[in-house]
Amino acid sequence: MAGPDKRRDGTGSRGSRLLGVGALVSVAALIVLAFVATDADVRTHPTTGEEFGQFDAVRMLYLHVPLAVLMYVAFVVCAVASAGVLLRRTAWWDVTAYAAAEVGTVLCGLVLVTGSIWGRPVWNTWWEWGDVRLMTTLVLFLLFVGYLALRRTTTDPRLQARRAAVVALVAVLDIPLINRSVAWWENRTLHQQSTLAELKIEDLTLFTLMFGFLAFGLVAWWLLVHRFRVGWLEQAATDHDVAIALAERRFETSATDLDAAIGRRDNREDPV
Amino acid sequence: MPVVELRGTVALLGNFPALAGVDLTIRAGETVLVRGPNGAGKTTLLRLCAGLIRPESGSATVLGHDLTVERRTARRQVALLGHANGLYDDLTVAQNMRFWARAAGLSSGEASQRTASALDYLGVAGRLHDQPVHTLSAGQRRRVSLAALVVRRPELWLLDEPHAGLDQAGRDVVDALVSDAVAAGGTVVVSSHEMERVAALSPRVVTVSGGMVVDDTAGEYERPAGG
Amino acid sequence: MTPLASMSGRPVVDVRRFLVDVRLVAGRDLWIEARSRVVVAQVVPFALLVLILFGFALDADQRTLDTFAPGLFWVAVLFSALLAVHRSARLEQSDGTLDALRMSGLAPLALFLGKATAVFVQLLALEAVLVGGLLVFYGVEVEDPVLLIVAGVLAGATVASAGTLYGALASGLGVRETLLPILLLPVLAPVLISATRAFDDALGVAAVDGWAWTGLLAATALVATVVGALAHGVLIED
Repeated sequence: MAGPDKRRDGTGSRGSRLLGVGALVSVAALIVLAFVATDADVRTHPTTGEEFGQFDAVRMLYLHVPLAVLMYVAFVVCAVASAGVLLRRTAWWDVTAYAAAEVGTVLCGLVLVTGSIWGRPVWNTWWEWGDVRLMTTLVLFLLFVGYLALRRTTTDPRLQARRAAVVALVAVLDIPLINRSVAWWENRTLHQQSTLAELKIEDLTLFTLMFGFLAFGLVAWWLLVHRFRVGWLEQAATDHDVAIALAERRFETSATDLDAAIGRRDNREDPV
Repeated sequence: MPVVELRGTVALLGNFPALAGVDLTIRAGETVLVRGPNGAGKTTLLRLCAGLIRPESGSATVLGHDLTVERRTARRQVALLGHANGLYDDLTVAQNMRFWARAAGLSSGEASQRTASALDYLGVAGRLHDQPVHTLSAGQRRRVSLAALVVRRPELWLLDEPHAGLDQAGRDVVDALVSDAVAAGGTVVVSSHEMERVAALSPRVVTVSGGMVVDDTAGEYERPAGG
Repeated sequence: MTPLASMSGRPVVDVRRFLVDVRLVAGRDLWIEARSRVVVAQVVPFALLVLILFGFALDADQRTLDTFAPGLFWVAVLFSALLAVHRSARLEQSDGTLDALRMSGLAPLALFLGKATAVFVQLLALEAVLVGGLLVFYGVEVEDPVLLIVAGVLAGATVASAGTLYGALASGLGVRETLLPILLLPVLAPVLISATRAFDDALGVAAVDGWAWTGLLAATALVATVVGALAHGVLIED
């Protein structure tokens, strides 16, 4: 995708505007599909004839699952970019890592919210400690909130980039360990397993789920592009500042009256 | 082979260009005085030559090692006396000396021997050896700091304001150290405002201002146009 | 002969030398602790205080304390570890000692392992005192001392390694020490969970397989040490 339009302020470009429109339209369509077109999860008990199931709460599936997958994609991108920062040291990796981390954290927050809403009717609480995925996501959220806090400290930019890269890599490497420990812990408390497994996902349900990936994928991509461009422009501005500072320093040196500055009083001759 | 060779070297502190393009060649056995106004980049220059700062652009070689890739190797043969002393306050003089000697790669026996002789050379009284460093005066700490460098027997000495905080006797010791170091074949670069004391050692004088070398008594230097 | 005649550089790779360096750094940190007694006089009392405060805050009947003892123990250890780790990192911030370390030619890996070892030793001492605290204040009984010790050692090693890495990360110019807790604690979540479950078994509080959890602790200890060793050097250098 080409860079931002040169004549305008901001990070928009033809490509990104198209993307944005596409994202909006898809999300609108998704909402229609998820909340109107598909059916609620209503099942009839074979013997008692009672109705049970997740009812309307199941609609959260179409939001929560795509968001969760995209969240992991964003964090993996961040981890790979962080490895790039440590191995290659160029600014591009650093800007990408930061952008992916921010987008990932936003997605992570949404995953937590949708997960909580989805679980509420089933669990009767807003939070369920026994849900492995929700717990892992929460710790992941905290890890990256820490990453973003570190990013905001004003310090030598190269050092900050390296520190942040280490934090991101450790966070992503920690995920399997967190997952394992939470999963074993959950088993001990004998909580209910995945709310996903019991659903029949086919036909329109499947289509809506896939469509959810597309819609949120476009949104995430749009966010990433803009966030990357902001970071890139910031980087360019910093480089520009450094170049100016360098030129100023050199100019000062040649223009200053050196004798006055260093108080020379010997009789060394001026080269003429 | 020159001990220090800098060509158009730029060094950044954060986003600030502390060194804005330094050209400097120092040969083995030279005594160099670096002077210039505050903020000129003298400390950064010394730290760069010590291999603590990565050059942003230009070329920088110290003792044959390219500072863009081999900074750690270069450091082993260099001793830097910075503004701080590099001593652990809670440990005694003897413990600090021993730690730094062992960290520099000396065996236990060598460390004891060189440590004792270095402390003696720097005039650190025997009764102070088992005192925690934080009980010492600033001048005494400076002497211990120098003693720790003496133990390493470097080829290149970089001394940033070595006279600061020292009394008359201490300054005499520093002067003796500089001439002894040169006599033993080392290269000494001193950054100082104390012109008279250092001038007595007949050094080459390099003037730094605005992150660049603006004057150099080594002779070949020309002032930049417009000055 | 003047003390200033030049010395040639020492060999680059030397395992025995490396181990000496690790012991040198660990010994130095522990000596400083022995002199200044920060961990003994400040961190350990803090940990005991945390345990006691939990006792006040919870309805302190015996059964509650029993059930919560392992969890509270490890929370107290983690909080105290923050202090110990911060202290360890601060040693290299004062008086330019970090620069001197970089100049000395000490292998960065030796620096990491030495500091992590010193923190590890301090944490073990802390854990021992806190177990005593549990016995006294919470009235628990140790059913499986071997499990307790192994789990305590592995968890301590993990916290020491991860802590040393993050201590280096959260110290220095431009970084506030308030950053350390929010960076380090989430990373240690698996340790908290695993160690608590292992202690649940060892103290006879719950019917879990403590040794399985200890296996997980071994994995985290390994990962923390390897990753910490690799990343620490990156942070110290430019």
